[in-house]
Amino acid sequence: MSDQKSMQTSLGKVRGLGSARKGVSHWWMQRLSAMGMIPLVIYMVIALVTVIGDDYTNAVAWLQSPLNATAMLLLFGAGFYHASLGLQVIIEDYVSNESRRLMAMVVVKLSMTGLAALSMFSVLSIALA
Amino acid sequence: MAEFSLPQNSKVQKGKIHPKPEGAVRTKTFNIYRWSPDDSENPRMDSYTVNLDDCGPMVLDALIKIKGDTDSSLTFRRSCREGICGSCSMNIDGTNTLACLKSIDDVKGDVDIYPLPHMPVVKDLVPDLSHAYAQLASIEPWIKTDTTAPEGEERLQSVEDREKMDGLWECVLCFSCSTSCPSYWWNGDRYLGPAVLLQAYRWIADSRDEYTGERLDALEDPFRLYRCHTIMNCTQTCPKGLNPGKAIAEIKKLQLERQ
Repeated sequence: MSDQKSMQTSLGKVRGLGSARKGVSHWWMQRLSAMGMIPLVIYMVIALVTVIGDDYTNAVAWLQSPLNATAMLLLFGAGFYHASLGLQVIIEDYVSNESRRLMAMVVVKLSMTGLAALSMFSVLSIALA
Repeated sequence: MAEFSLPQNSKVQKGKIHPKPEGAVRTKTFNIYRWSPDDSENPRMDSYTVNLDDCGPMVLDALIKIKGDTDSSLTFRRSCREGICGSCSMNIDGTNTLACLKSIDDVKGDVDIYPLPHMPVVKDLVPDLSHAYAQLASIEPWIKTDTTAPEGEERLQSVEDREKMDGLWECVLCFSCSTSCPSYWWNGDRYLGPAVLLQAYRWIADSRDEYTGERLDALEDPFRLYRCHTIMNCTQTCPKGLNPGKAIAEIKKLQLERQ
């Protein structure tokens, strides 16, 4: 709150810029992506355990099966989406300075999108090789 | 950033120790936060030992006894002394509660008393609640209708609809819950906090109110509502045994339902 506004009434400060009229879809998608990841993570753990000690060709063959490749794509997509939503909440909670909050948000959103693209492209390039 | 340590001039120091009354057999020591805006001293903890055989059973009784007999400068809010006015909310033995409902016997060892956490202090145990009151005003806690009130009779409500407000109307607005909530500590300027959100839900849940949609519009905001991460400090600390955490969850459910 800048000094010029310090004579504003308490109610004026509380009303501020008004309601953002959003938040439901963030809240819902965070829960939906978490639910989606439960079977995907179990699937991945079982899959990784079965490939342990196997050779390179078999590992590549495993990832080339459409079912496994789809599961991996979904896991990476849901995982980085969920991480992006969760990190956003942490930044909103703990970074109160507006410009630092915006900067942190840009870094998180862009890096999560980048990591999602990189991991999904990696799966595809093996699966479609 | 969130502040995890106190600024230098807020560090709490050791204060005066008032001796136990002569001839007292059963005693209890109260360590009480003291700060005055009239000098430039840091806050301090003063210790008072009270004769329990000459004092009522509640922490508020002891505070009144101390103020009356030992130290008239001790400042705190109280009015009804029976859990209805919500004035004497403070942090007792590490938990926000009403001093008039907290039994001295429930506290093992010394009784440590601080003002409600993370609010500006006016003096001693009196916090400045003007921002919290403005937040309450912002949710417009009164009935809003377009239909004209029926001539000469009350607005009707079925028994079932009336029951939906149980656990909501009992709130005495002591703000023990809001000041126990880390989200309210870090973002209380924009997050409405459990006390005000419970009040907001009290009017959303009221079948006689016709502005439910507008009320939900005003709450749909990442800061006003969604700073609640359901850690339930509010419900655990409520001296009236209410469940603000559930009221907030009900608001979130309605926000989803109307999508």
